[in-house]
Amino acid sequence: MPLPYYVSPEQMMQDKAEYAKKGIAKGRSIIAIEYVDGILLVAENPSASLYKISEIYDSIAFAGAGKYSEFENLRKAGIRHADLKGFMYSREDVTARSLANGYSQSVGTIFSQEQKPLEVEILVVQVGHNGHANEMYRISFDGSIIDERTFAVIGGKSEVIQALLKEKGLTKPSDLRTTLSLCIASLEQVRSQKLSPESLEVATLDRTREGRRFRRLSTADTTSLLAL
Amino acid sequence: MKLPFLPNHDDSSFFNFLTQHHPALTPTGLNGFVQAQGAGEPVRGAGSMSVPHATTVLAIKYQQGVVIAGDRRATEGFQIAERRIEKVFKIDDYSAMAIAGAAGPCIEMAKLFQVELEHYEKLEGVQLSCEGKANKLGQMVKANLPMVFQGLVVMPLYVGYDVKRTEGRIFKYDLSGGRYEESDYHAIGSGGKDARNTMREHFLKGLAEPEALKLALLALYNAADDDIGTGGPDLVRGIYPTAKIVDGRGITDVSELQIRSIYDGLLATRRSKES
Repeated sequence: MPLPYYVSPEQMMQDKAEYAKKGIAKGRSIIAIEYVDGILLVAENPSASLYKISEIYDSIAFAGAGKYSEFENLRKAGIRHADLKGFMYSREDVTARSLANGYSQSVGTIFSQEQKPLEVEILVVQVGHNGHANEMYRISFDGSIIDERTFAVIGGKSEVIQALLKEKGLTKPSDLRTTLSLCIASLEQVRSQKLSPESLEVATLDRTREGRRFRRLSTADTTSLLAL
Repeated sequence: MKLPFLPNHDDSSFFNFLTQHHPALTPTGLNGFVQAQGAGEPVRGAGSMSVPHATTVLAIKYQQGVVIAGDRRATEGFQIAERRIEKVFKIDDYSAMAIAGAAGPCIEMAKLFQVELEHYEKLEGVQLSCEGKANKLGQMVKANLPMVFQGLVVMPLYVGYDVKRTEGRIFKYDLSGGRYEESDYHAIGSGGKDARNTMREHFLKGLAEPEALKLALLALYNAADDDIGTGGPDLVRGIYPTAKIVDGRGITDVSELQIRSIYDGLLATRRSKES
């Protein structure tokens, strides 16, 4: 009887991580950044209907980079989790922290137990209101969870963009237009090409809105905002 | 893919999700409980269990949309259980629903229906059509049928603004989930017949918004006059019926001040007839 090949656990994890990283790096980047009224999410996305950024709950948004089918499943599970919790308890009991923890558990379990890890990196952000701070969680393919401040970047050449934004030394949030231009400039610099409003997906979590705070900015909205 | 914190499920309906994975949270979840309790006993008839009931809600179509209104009283047998109950619910930006029947399950159904529509919109990225929403509510009423035999009746009246047809629409339901569209106006609940009589006398096609609102409040007043289950304007405590307007701009609450001033005019006319 032939013996199965022995692969050390370290080697196996390393291979899986490499595989996942490769898949995620192929995609394009998504930036979440604080602005004066909340959180702005900007993604480079040529498709007008297959979204990477989406609403989860009143003040929580989701962004996914990597394989569409995989983060789409995570997105749907997140919406079910949030709606169930909001229905069972109350709307204010739905938090990004519990959602991010759930995601971390799920993605981590799949990474260690399944043959193929998820080729995704996701962001869960929550806009704070009534004096509460914003929350941003970045969850990697292996389920590790990072609590980000001021801005977070996932997918593509995320490290490069992160370094670019860090250089700017952002101290306090500026208005929506300035923040959006900054995001577009960073994306353009990494891609070394101009990005038209059609190839962008832009959304905000605006704390000045009542109830559902997520708003998707159409191409026309983005264009007119940048032209101001 | 199965997520540890959530079961695998691919359906955009929150109601179906609850039914499959958390049946105890659905309105009919109570049914299993009642049946387990009363196993072997004859089914108790309606009225043996005393729960608050809500009454008289109505809707009127006008030129640009629909007015939906309801009184504020809930009764428990011959007692008044609640003087300020809210029977008209905003469901989403373009629809509202009013309820008559057992207050608890009614409010629960409205809440579940709100989540249902929001859930669908978030998962699919688009809103359900007006027709689709009305059908979904019909299925929920149908699912409640076992509870009706326990005496817990839920009767919704649904209004929506159809963005494609650019008009307001009114839907009524029967206990088995049957869905019927009304072309002009409708009222349900214990005082529904009285309210319908008033609306029949005064309704005109293509009413303007203020007239439609006035007619809705008049119909509620007349219903309260003839039906003990319906509450009229409570001048001492300052409790007035509530109304919402659904039109192309979305849904708006009619302010209490506005309702109050309409009732002031109405009562003055009535008083002058008596002297």
